[in-house]
Amino acid sequence: MSAVTAVGRGVWDFVVGDDWRVALGVVFALAATALIAMSTVAAWWVLPLAVVALLADSLRRAARAGQRR
Amino acid sequence: MSGAELGLAVSVFLACTVEAVEALTIVLAVGTTRSWSSALAGAGAAAALLAALVAGLGPGLTSLPINVLRVGVGGLLLVFGLQWLRKAILRAAGLKALHDEDAAFAQETKAARGVARAAGFDPYSFTVALKGVLLEGLEVAFIVLTFGANQHRVGLAALAAGLAILLVATAGIAIRAPLARAPENTMKFAVGIMLSSFGTFWGAEGAGASWPGNDAALLVIIPVLLAISLAFVALIRRASPLASSRAPVTGSGA
Repeated sequence: MSAVTAVGRGVWDFVVGDDWRVALGVVFALAATALIAMSTVAAWWVLPLAVVALLADSLRRAARAGQRR
Repeated sequence: MSGAELGLAVSVFLACTVEAVEALTIVLAVGTTRSWSSALAGAGAAAALLAALVAGLGPGLTSLPINVLRVGVGGLLLVFGLQWLRKAILRAAGLKALHDEDAAFAQETKAARGVARAAGFDPYSFTVALKGVLLEGLEVAFIVLTFGANQHRVGLAALAAGLAILLVATAGIAIRAPLARAPENTMKFAVGIMLSSFGTFWGAEGAGASWPGNDAALLVIIPVLLAISLAFVALIRRASPLASSRAPVTGSGA
């Protein structure tokens, strides 16, 4: 493994961690917040809802994986 | 000190305490079995590298436009905080093993005894202590930079981190053993809640949203996220036979 690949993998593991879906979900939720904020509708509720949904989904998958072991 | 600054200081202090407890175990293991001077030199070199990282990147981050900083760094803080929170919930529910400082100390000590040693400076102790402190400290440096930069208080964040290191080092010197009774998962739980809450608040603000009540919204976000996270712990414990067969762990050591 080259040094660049190793550093890239290290940064990925460090920031994204065990569940990449959570990181991707946060990016989508921020984009949705920005889009809604450009309209006349309040956008503050998007991110808290997304956080709870992402956490619930990630924990559900981890719990299922734990039970299969 | 404002509420947000207090949140910053407490979050960084707790995060740094947790990581310092884990780093202390490694330094103690190589120090007691091989060479104190080499282990402390390694730990000191790692601390200097981390301080240089914060001092080097801090001013650059704080000079970014506030909305770019909030959406970018707030988003990163949220992703990072959700990692901490997810792991803390799984540990509290019994689905993930707790970090056991006594077991880590025994493992490091066994490994250290298995390597031949020459007189004088011990490269093994230096390298293991350097790597251990650097790896544990990187997470704290990341939190100091992201959390501190968002409030333009990198100095306050660094001070809170320094106080935590001082506290853990003093306790380690006093008892000369791993701090196995430190409530690591409870502290990780608290840090996960704080990072996720502040990340949510700043990320949404940076993306253009306006919070009802402005900064006071944090006084709702933090307790609500805490309540939901504790509910997740209870739900997992109830739903998972694996989790319910293990002892309850929130607040217990390592």
